[in-house]
Amino acid sequence: MSEFPTNAKVVVVGAGIVGNCLVGHLADLGWTDMVLIDKGPLPNPGGSTGHASNFIFPVDHNKEMALLGVQSANQYRHLGLSVDCGGIEVARTPQRWDELQRRMTSAKTWGVEAELLTAAEVAEHVPFVDTDVILGGFYCPSVSVVDSLEAGTVMRAKAVNAGAVDVFASTELLDIETIDTPHNGLSKVTAVVTDKGRVEAEYVVVACGVWSNRVANLAGATIPLVPAVHQMADVGPIDILAETNNEIGYPIVRDMDTFCYERQSAGSMEVGSYAHRPIFHHPDEIPSNDEAALTPTEMPFTPDDFDQQMEQAIELMDMLGDAEIKYAINGLLSLTPDAMPCLGETAEVLHLWSAAAVWVKEGPGMAQVVAEWMTYGYPRVIDPHGADIARFYDWERNDEHIWARCAEHFNKTYGIVHPAEQWVSRRELATSPYFSRQKAYQAEFFEARGWERPQWYNSNADLVERYDVPARGFGRRDTEWDDRWWSPVTIGEHLNLRQHCGLVDLSAFQIFELRGPGAVGFADFLAVNKIDKPVGSSTYTPWLTPDGGFRSDLTMMRTAIDTVRIVTGVFDGGRDAFWIRKHMPDDGSVSFTDRTADITTLGLWGPNAPQVLGELTDHDLSQSGFPHGAIREVEIRTAAGPVRATLFRISYVGDTGWEIYANWADGPALWDALFDAGESHGIRPTGGGVYGSSGRVEKGYRLMGAELESEYNPVEAGLARPKVKAADFIGKQAYLEAREVAPIAKMCTLTVEDQTDTQGRRRHPQGGNEPILTGDGQRIVDSHGRVSRVTSASPGPSVGKHLLMAYLPTELASVGTDLEVMYVNERFPVRVAAIEGSVFDPEDIRLKG
Amino acid sequence: MALRILCCVKRVPSPGSRINLTDDGTAVDATHLGFTTSPHEECAVEEAVVLAEHEGGTVTVLTLGPPESVEQLRYAASVGADELVLVATDGAPWDPQRTAAALAEAIKRLETDQETFDLILFGNESADSGGFQVGVRVANALQRPMVNGIKRIELNFDGDGPGSVSARRAVDDGFEVYELPLPAILGVKEGINLPRYPTMRGRLASKKLEISSWEGEAAPGGQALVRLRRPVEQTSTTTILGNSAAAAPAVVDLLEELGVFDR
Repeated sequence: MSEFPTNAKVVVVGAGIVGNCLVGHLADLGWTDMVLIDKGPLPNPGGSTGHASNFIFPVDHNKEMALLGVQSANQYRHLGLSVDCGGIEVARTPQRWDELQRRMTSAKTWGVEAELLTAAEVAEHVPFVDTDVILGGFYCPSVSVVDSLEAGTVMRAKAVNAGAVDVFASTELLDIETIDTPHNGLSKVTAVVTDKGRVEAEYVVVACGVWSNRVANLAGATIPLVPAVHQMADVGPIDILAETNNEIGYPIVRDMDTFCYERQSAGSMEVGSYAHRPIFHHPDEIPSNDEAALTPTEMPFTPDDFDQQMEQAIELMDMLGDAEIKYAINGLLSLTPDAMPCLGETAEVLHLWSAAAVWVKEGPGMAQVVAEWMTYGYPRVIDPHGADIARFYDWERNDEHIWARCAEHFNKTYGIVHPAEQWVSRRELATSPYFSRQKAYQAEFFEARGWERPQWYNSNADLVERYDVPARGFGRRDTEWDDRWWSPVTIGEHLNLRQHCGLVDLSAFQIFELRGPGAVGFADFLAVNKIDKPVGSSTYTPWLTPDGGFRSDLTMMRTAIDTVRIVTGVFDGGRDAFWIRKHMPDDGSVSFTDRTADITTLGLWGPNAPQVLGELTDHDLSQSGFPHGAIREVEIRTAAGPVRATLFRISYVGDTGWEIYANWADGPALWDALFDAGESHGIRPTGGGVYGSSGRVEKGYRLMGAELESEYNPVEAGLARPKVKAADFIGKQAYLEAREVAPIAKMCTLTVEDQTDTQGRRRHPQGGNEPILTGDGQRIVDSHGRVSRVTSASPGPSVGKHLLMAYLPTELASVGTDLEVMYVNERFPVRVAAIEGSVFDPEDIRLKG
Repeated sequence: MALRILCCVKRVPSPGSRINLTDDGTAVDATHLGFTTSPHEECAVEEAVVLAEHEGGTVTVLTLGPPESVEQLRYAASVGADELVLVATDGAPWDPQRTAAALAEAIKRLETDQETFDLILFGNESADSGGFQVGVRVANALQRPMVNGIKRIELNFDGDGPGSVSARRAVDDGFEVYELPLPAILGVKEGINLPRYPTMRGRLASKKLEISSWEGEAAPGGQALVRLRRPVEQTSTTTILGNSAAAAPAVVDLLEELGVFDR
């Protein structure tokens, strides 16, 4: 073994599947001078990898999890450390059978071979299943069992053999040293201290699984995860399994309705459960390698928690009842408050990276994400926004929140989760100044990273009748699933806004301010479009990754000669704030302030919006005096006296109006004034169902994280402007190159031409990655391997159709092209209705006319 | 007449790699440890279940300890015990005299309602305190013959049923074989058998078994724990000889070096 070093380019902490694969991928990408340490012995240092059940079901509704699962499975296959045993998710209930139809849909999207089996067909694959218990199954032949310990060993050895990394087992990390930086409170790693010595390091990666938050805390950073128990019992010997003479001879069975799985392991069956009560441990409660009876993450089994699962397992496979329980553990794995991994540079400490909350099934792929991110400034294999550790706000990073949310979703690991499913725990973390007023209007609140946002107002129920919503085809939906987390009231709000006007609470907007002599120049460095315009100008602009894909999409306003205000969405605030702070110049010429808590925002839109606002201000609100895109500082008359506000003439719903920015404390007076003035103009409180969905999609407005991801560029998204500014900006070179070639794909709006399913019910695709198919049911994949799938879906009340947004290869992206969408495993005809433009008011007359 | 066997077991911390002590040094810190039945007693239960299976009879398992000791009773039931009895304590350790007195009373109580136990099995010693004396004290209190260190048990039948028991234990240069008239008491040692694991059905059945329970009452004896001390840790080194087939030559070399065979 080499001598313990005193400095290194990169120190990776943790030699589980993630840390090992990470050094392997980094070595492939040319990194050298790396050190890998683990407090435990090799090859099994005692983390979650060592007791993992080691199987991969490649179908997931979530794009990142699905594609990185497939990517990981392929990496295991490439190493020769994988067996395709197949797997079957069985349904005991009609609700699960419906869910399996949705699994079929996602399998189609991601190109994974799958089929539905009758109960008898399940028994042909797995003869020991009791067919009386199940309705059928979802069979996926490419489900694989992998050797994660050996794969990690091989990946590590590859990096060692390349001379890229020195490995030190049984080496305990004691501290991570940092220094302050000019980057607005961010510090930066300088060294790690271990029981073998101190190593100065440029980068430190935390790949410590269940211990990751404790390790990050050493540097003043957080990795929001909790070590959680997943119970497993190994029962055997069982003759029919032993007779296969194989580690895995039968497909793995996931008994989805009992949240259990049965996985052969040679002559035994491993029964694992996500059904027991949530059992969490603080990292300090995890024993050391010395103290542990087995390994630190194989904690003592608590049999009372497993009894019900045993009964259910025996129901499904009677032979299990007489098999002996040879090994049973409370195995620890990592859970996060939103059930997604924690990848990327930590939001508190520069050059401290997180590669945590990653399970064996996605370990190699996630490690590749982090390696590419460190190398290229952003991953190439996939847009990681769902896993980006910077996504968390402060209130999501404490144990109270982590434990509560993890307790809520643990039993949903195999659950049936609706795309719009709302959290029950930890609500009302952030509310707008209008919260009590919204409650009085009987708002249905949807949560967004802690923020409460009205999705619709039940006080508007009268609009359903007034606008004859059912007769228009937008009444209550035929299936409970489609109708869940939805209301026709939102259609009434939409039509009222189109006819009169609506007031939308936008206080969850994340508002940042750059100030100082370098602010405008720095803002231009972040943005594709020009920021250095006269004070009072606004710019709607993408931010790009270094490779020219979407990194963000937001509005920037030059509010003073040395000040730029940045307004971004609530789902992207954390990520965007970190991106800004990370890229800030070192010379102190720019300061960063988060103004979210100071500034409230209301959106007033509709043909009557100018009259409503006109009653409260004498400012010229005409299109000529106050054109679309302009910003004006005005005084608004309220019962509490004049309120200073910034008006921004912009719209995300397709009707004219303003975003109104005011001091948080002035919000209630402003709200009341607008409603008083608007009463005779038909004003109604209007929810996110219109703002984020129907109004937006009718106009084809793109949404970051849906239509806009790093895999696509502004040319493909239809957001490239005629000219490119002279100033340099992140991703400029790639953007220039993209402009020089014809786009491979284009963002399109499609109409569903017939929503009737084979049972005669009208169905409503939800925007959950449903695949767009050719007329004969084939997947559509562009020459970059990107699949056409629904990125957003919404009713279009003003156009009388259900609308979808999707990228299509350019050759299919022409108005009038007939295609299909798959939804709940049925195919429905769709037609391309708009490209770059919109299906509603394509000339923007209502905005600018 | 059906054979009646009683096993006395104790809830003890599962032995981990390193046993931590509480700050005051008077107990094992079980924070990171699960709990189990003392290994000798697991063998006693297995032996009892096998005897009952072969000869026909019932196995009662008795424990004295905190309410959580129910887990160990259920475990015994999951591998075949028929009746469970808990003499509950407040969780504080009881000295051997006190334990033995309470157990002897419990056995008398159990034998008042039903037949005398033909055979009572103890583990040779408990895995935690290792006093080596509770069984002997109970035998003395009940005035029954008792032998410790037993690694083989055979029942001898006369006309009506079992009349005596032969019990064998290892000594330095061979075996000692005892024949005890029934009722008798034996202290069993690990190695007498290989205890079975519970089956899933056995575990589930064990949950349905009723447990007789009462508060233990007995005066403390004269023996008190002063403090525990951890012996100096023995360090060991692990050498990885290689992976997969590539490790074979090194394994062969090592086996030869250890004298397993000659080349």
